Amino acid sequence: MSDADRRSRSGNAANGFGYEEALLFELSREDRVGYSLPELDVPAVSPTDVLPEGSVREDLAELPELSEVDVIRHFTRLSTWNAAVDLGLYPLGSCTMKYNPKLNERVAHLAGFSAAHPRQPAALLQGFLHLCYELARHLAEVSGMDRVTLQPAAGAQGELAGIMMIRAYHEHRRDHRTKVMIPDTAHGTNPATATLNGYSVVEVPSNDAGILEPAAVDAAMTEDVAGIMVTNPNTLGLFEENMAAIAEIIHAKGGLVYGDGANLNAVLGIARPGDLGIDVMHFNLHKTFSTPHGGGGPGSGPVGIKNLLAKHLPVPVVQKSSGPDGDAYVLDSDFPLSIGRLHGNFGNAGMFVRAYAYLRSLGPDGLRRCADMAVLNANYVLARLKDSGAYKIPFDRTVMHECIVSDGNFSEQGVSTLDIAKRLIDYGYHPPTTYFPLIVPGALMIEPTESESLEGLDRFIEALLAIADEVHEDPELVRTAPHHTRRSRLDETRAARKPVLRWQPNAAE
Amino acid sequence: MRYIPHTERDIAQMLDVIGVPDVDSLFSTIPEKSRLRGELDVPAALSEQELLRVLSAMAARNANTDTHDWFLGAGVYAHFLPTAVDALTSRAEFLTAYTPYQPEISQGTLQAIFEWQTMICGLTGMEVANASMYDGASAAAEAALMAMRVTKRSRIVMAEGVNPEYRAVVRTYLSGIGAEIVEVGRAEDGRSQPIAPHIDGDTACVLVQQPSFLGAIEDLASAADAAHEHGTQFVAVVSEALSLALLEAPGALGADIVCGEAQSFGVPMSVGGPHVGFMATRQKLVRQLPGRIVGQTVDTEGRRGFVLTLATREQHIRREKATSNICTNQGLCLLMATIYLSLLGRRGLRRLAEINLSKAEYAKARVRETPGLSLPLSAPTFNEFVVALDGPADAALARALDSGIIGGLDLETDAPELGPSLLVCTTELASRNAIDRLIAALPAGSDSGSQEAAR
Repeated sequence: MSDADRRSRSGNAANGFGYEEALLFELSREDRVGYSLPELDVPAVSPTDVLPEGSVREDLAELPELSEVDVIRHFTRLSTWNAAVDLGLYPLGSCTMKYNPKLNERVAHLAGFSAAHPRQPAALLQGFLHLCYELARHLAEVSGMDRVTLQPAAGAQGELAGIMMIRAYHEHRRDHRTKVMIPDTAHGTNPATATLNGYSVVEVPSNDAGILEPAAVDAAMTEDVAGIMVTNPNTLGLFEENMAAIAEIIHAKGGLVYGDGANLNAVLGIARPGDLGIDVMHFNLHKTFSTPHGGGGPGSGPVGIKNLLAKHLPVPVVQKSSGPDGDAYVLDSDFPLSIGRLHGNFGNAGMFVRAYAYLRSLGPDGLRRCADMAVLNANYVLARLKDSGAYKIPFDRTVMHECIVSDGNFSEQGVSTLDIAKRLIDYGYHPPTTYFPLIVPGALMIEPTESESLEGLDRFIEALLAIADEVHEDPELVRTAPHHTRRSRLDETRAARKPVLRWQPNAAE
Repeated sequence: MRYIPHTERDIAQMLDVIGVPDVDSLFSTIPEKSRLRGELDVPAALSEQELLRVLSAMAARNANTDTHDWFLGAGVYAHFLPTAVDALTSRAEFLTAYTPYQPEISQGTLQAIFEWQTMICGLTGMEVANASMYDGASAAAEAALMAMRVTKRSRIVMAEGVNPEYRAVVRTYLSGIGAEIVEVGRAEDGRSQPIAPHIDGDTACVLVQQPSFLGAIEDLASAADAAHEHGTQFVAVVSEALSLALLEAPGALGADIVCGEAQSFGVPMSVGGPHVGFMATRQKLVRQLPGRIVGQTVDTEGRRGFVLTLATREQHIRREKATSNICTNQGLCLLMATIYLSLLGRRGLRRLAEINLSKAEYAKARVRETPGLSLPLSAPTFNEFVVALDGPADAALARALDSGIIGGLDLETDAPELGPSLLVCTTELASRNAIDRLIAALPAGSDSGSQEAAR
């Protein structure tokens, strides 16, 4: 009997301390409990006595029955199958996977924040409203905008809010416009947001250096265009050097400029979108301001505006009123030209607490230091990869917070960006963003962030160089990676062709 | 700065490799006139110790379930949070990962989402669910948008019983695309007026909340039948997800889309967010769902694994033709809910729902026998109901507050036609003693901090 067979016969489905883990529903055993509920101190009511016939469900047979130990082990084991920032470099471009400070978690867990209700009287919520007011004020200062709403739940909802304010601005002036201009380097959320607002998209190409050319914007700009959505620095990691001139062109024909703040980390304390002609922008608190990404979210996407859009802000707005007894913070919904409400409550409030703690931990010097070191790290990675000659560098110039290389050198070996990414996993790295931006074939978009040390970057670069050697020496090794994960490559085509989207008892395996 | 590892020696070495004299040179692509002059006007950095003091002082100025007895719900519910939920979701492998784009190193997140989708399908009686939406309000808006895509119609009928903040978000989301929104009022007993007369062949969907914002248990089956007669999608909205443990699954009553808010499943109230919207539908509509979806597959050696799937609906692939612009989900919060549902499970969740129901029935009985208070709506309820008062609602809430109680929502704005009244919610956190003290404080004649409070 082989070693693997003997281990498998024990039923623990482990490879050392790497555990296999079944689904909750397969682990379920009848009558097992994972809860303790208090004794009922009022008379017990039978649902069928007080609820209409046919409105009471029979059973919750779909839910599992597990002990607390079962549940703890299940999710603890699952957690060991994840890559995470706290395990190592997570250079996912445009996602700013920086360290998420533990202090932020501690303060967000204080009962005065975590166990308070959005509709309790404002007088009993002054600490939170004060925090909202201060956070909005600091974000406005960081970005050079006049006002900030914290309500949007994520960057994409921030885009929605921003484009809605642009639309409200034009419509209030009885200026009906039908298009939004978007560069070819933009995130997919930008065009999707424009559509959700009823706009069609005019795509504007970037130049050979990877940035927007005023002439190209001028050629596309008409009095039918409500505005432009620009990410600066852009998704190639390049600063849009012509931003001010582009804003002038848009403004001259009555349009407004939307700034996608996904990459704000690169310019903290160095340049401010509001000083470059941006009229409205969103922040990603989960990128720039260190709130945790949580396996896909929650994000948080506050929006900064110039005063010309103030009357269209989403409601409610937190306002400060100063009186003889000191400052009080109130919720103001008296904005007749508001775009309305985007979130059932104030937004992802728990993220405000974390972001505020982060801002106060850093101060002006710390914010500037983030940008300096994030940009230093990206340029260091780019310089070493360029020196090695191992990877194709599509835009050879000083970058901001992220750099792009491609698989262009490996076409003869039949090795793609996907293969490089998967092989990086064997070296213990979460891969960079792949195949984005779309204008670079086979792009690998690397954003180290300021959290990574010099020796950490050196190890990552050595891994990339080792893989480049492997491509020439043993391309099959790379093409079939990863080899050291608990799952090898997963069949995504099969998943999409015959979708299995939930567990069902008795489903054929 | 303890979050940034670079020493001056590191920086010098890196600049040397890059071949520039100083860090400033790396910003040479930013034109001089675009640079910030001076430094940002934000407060100077605080140490960990100082910052904790500042934030603790801010937190101390917010009433919360640790400081007060709690009867305020209205879409955000004060339930007990089992310790295991936070212990597990605080694990850095969940907390500091992102969207599981690389399935080989994200199976933890992916399997948990698959389990979430399975449980949401079971609770709602539907066949497919997505990997969560921002919140219940935006889930309702996305459901309306989805119904418009499915039917290629643009008229939305929405019951006034849908949470007013959800309705506001639906109006916002639909404001740019020429949709018509019709609202159906409330009948005497608290339920929606018959929906049928408002539906026509141009109606994309009907949205009804179960239980309604004012707590009434609606007749979903009739509303669904009325919708289907016109080929209209029926959307059931749920803002108190615990009700799903007690009430018939909306899918069994004819819903085409079930959406709402799962905050009640172990997610802290956290001043209203982050919470976790959910959305489920029929198999045949899966390609119209917004948001991420996880599916089961196998790896090259035939072992079961999970991946993000059906991505051709999404913005990063389809751009302006995507089903939604949504990118992030509420991953951490759906994990909380999945853990919570695993702990409570088949019997615990039902038992908890019955406790909530029993507390509400007890409180309603006390209201009925108390002079000055009454129940203006006769429809059956789950854990939330309206109490009519004999004096101003703000004064009644102030008297409750004197007894250490957050007494509910003043309905002056959301249902002024009811006169002075409160929306009161009793979860498992509401003790009999607290209910008695609340009831004693509400009538206009009662003294604040009454004798009952001392009991």
